[in-house]
Amino acid sequence: MLHEPAVEMGQDLSIQKKTKLGVILFLVYLVIYAGFVFIGVMYPSVLGMELIGGQNLAIIYGIGLIVLAAIMGLVYNYFCTKFENKMNKEVKK
Amino acid sequence: MIYDVSISAIIIFILFVAAVLVLSFYFARKTKSASGYYAAGGQIHWAVNGIAFAGDYLSAASFLGICGMIAFFGFDGFLYSIGYLAGWVVALFIVAEPLKRMGKYTFADALDSKFNSPAIKLTAAISTLVVSIFYLIPQMVGAGALVTPLLGFPHWVGVVMVGSIVILIVATAGMTSTTYVQFIKGGLLIIFSFVITVYVLNNGLKTTPNENYHKFVSIEAVMTDGKVTAIADSTYTIASQVDEKDATFVKLIKDGHFSWWKLNTQGEKPMLEEALSIVTVADGSVLYNGAPKAERKFYQVGHIKSIEMDGKQVEETGAVGPFRYLTILENSQIVRFPKKAFKDGEDKVTVYYQTVTSGKDIMKPGLYYKLDKGASIWTRLDFISLMLALFLGTSALPHILIRYYTVPSQRAARKSTIVAIISIGFFYILTIFIGTGAMINGGLDVESSNMSAPLLAKTFGVILFSIISAIAFATILGTVSGLIVASSGAVAHDLMDKYFKVKMTDKGKVTAGRIAAVVVGVIAIVLGIIFQKQNVNFLVGLAFAIAASANLPAILMLLFWKRTTAKGIAWAIVIGMLSSLGIILFSPTLYEIYGLNPADAPIPLQNPGIISIPLGFIALIIISLFTYKKRMKVENQ
Repeated sequence: MLHEPAVEMGQDLSIQKKTKLGVILFLVYLVIYAGFVFIGVMYPSVLGMELIGGQNLAIIYGIGLIVLAAIMGLVYNYFCTKFENKMNKEVKK
Repeated sequence: MIYDVSISAIIIFILFVAAVLVLSFYFARKTKSASGYYAAGGQIHWAVNGIAFAGDYLSAASFLGICGMIAFFGFDGFLYSIGYLAGWVVALFIVAEPLKRMGKYTFADALDSKFNSPAIKLTAAISTLVVSIFYLIPQMVGAGALVTPLLGFPHWVGVVMVGSIVILIVATAGMTSTTYVQFIKGGLLIIFSFVITVYVLNNGLKTTPNENYHKFVSIEAVMTDGKVTAIADSTYTIASQVDEKDATFVKLIKDGHFSWWKLNTQGEKPMLEEALSIVTVADGSVLYNGAPKAERKFYQVGHIKSIEMDGKQVEETGAVGPFRYLTILENSQIVRFPKKAFKDGEDKVTVYYQTVTSGKDIMKPGLYYKLDKGASIWTRLDFISLMLALFLGTSALPHILIRYYTVPSQRAARKSTIVAIISIGFFYILTIFIGTGAMINGGLDVESSNMSAPLLAKTFGVILFSIISAIAFATILGTVSGLIVASSGAVAHDLMDKYFKVKMTDKGKVTAGRIAAVVVGVIAIVLGIIFQKQNVNFLVGLAFAIAASANLPAILMLLFWKRTTAKGIAWAIVIGMLSSLGIILFSPTLYEIYGLNPADAPIPLQNPGIISIPLGFIALIIISLFTYKKRMKVENQ
């Protein structure tokens, strides 16, 4: 038995573009996530500072990281689908 | 703590488990091939798979552990929510699609797709087993914690029950039934967590959680030369006093029962404040608040001391919106119940005493992970280590990775990951309300942080408690099923079929997987009993660290570094796994389990990630550089 996928998949010519986009979005998120950890370690009292609507930085940053992940996921999917439709269609032609 | 067993809880629970079993047997009849058993035939719809991802991921740790940790330590528990969710970003942007392209049934398949190397097959299979077993421990501990209040059984019965039911599910049906069980359970968990949150907000904040809540007593004390010599209530007599480093406790006796009190000298006059106590006396019997457990003198706790709303002190706020709830909480004073253990003559005493904590301190990190007051280099490293392990661990968890093989295409893999992120993210935002809700509404069993979410539900009614407990139990069933499928795949597919080249028919592979499922299930049951007292969330953090150390360097470097070699991958897995395991075995937590002094642990880190994850990467890079030329030579020939 070879290491073939569990189901047959058609050729995908958009892999490179999708990978590049994935890496860029990953790095953006990584920097923002690392920022949270950095503030937590180096300036923990800053996380307790009140920012908007009576909420402190810890809550805004924390919930913000969760919401941002969902938004970035949707953006990633939008562009990936666009790449797939465009590039794989061109080959079929 | 002793819980009242409710008939409705038992009926709802039995119905739930029965429904799960019926579903499993239904799909079992359809599962005939290896592809069906390990990868659900690769034909699951992406939306179903996405919610099933949530079901897999929102394990006992997420529901019981995070909510419990927030209930006990405030924002520090929410750090897990943030980290667990951030891990999905790595899974989506980096791992999902390539893994789908490369693999067949297991994570080892994907790693080995370029090389066909026996070393990778062996090491990847072993790491899958180790990570899965470490992830299984908290699920089992959670099962035991749940069954005690729900059905009135001891902890070990719960562990054995979950183990047996899951073995039955997995040994019969495999990935298809696991997927649908996870889909239903994941969906229900999110819906009912939302319901509890609505209850919390609707209930608002109150200084007295409910009519049945224990009324804590304080007694004025007279002190002479640092000793309590008299008290204002003459029905009590002073029995002894224990001076600990940062607190003083006094034992009082009334009507033949003793109780422990904490001395508070902060105010104008010294006061003794009532505490909860568990005391093991010389003959080995255990007394809860001075009486045997059956006398039910132990009670649930967690309340607010003072509430400030719009600059005024109030007794209760009435229904509030989510943001307003958090703001008012931040401006309130909350009573927490930290633990202190000491000896009083022959007695081993554990006291849970009232500590007023500002909402401002609760709503930022620092009560569990010391970052500000009392911080050291090790506590800071522990925090970084945890956040690193959570971020990198998700996309290295075998039972999450195998879910990519259940969908038909890369696009479906991607879309199901996004569905997972949105649903899991929504749930994680709810955890801050459920956790703090338990903290202020008498939802704490000081003995087990894992019970906070179900106990909070109980304060809103037995039916909600029953449903939540049944879902939590199903949560555990589902996650354990997924983990056992992953482990059985590692044994039967990676080890027996690929590494040892045991000749098996397609049916034989399914049988081998089922036998492996039984063995792994039994191991998990035993470990679940041993680790009974640990917070399940903390235990999951360890599983993440092992996964991130052993598997992630291999996955990432294989995808992004052309010089990666088979030997590099195999050694990275071995070194990442052994170093993380080694650090855990010598950590303060394990020292506590061995019965040794945690302060004597040679490595003061609780989470090994910060050392073992870089070690995995370094091992891979060095070994690959040494073996790359050899590989090129062989390829050129």
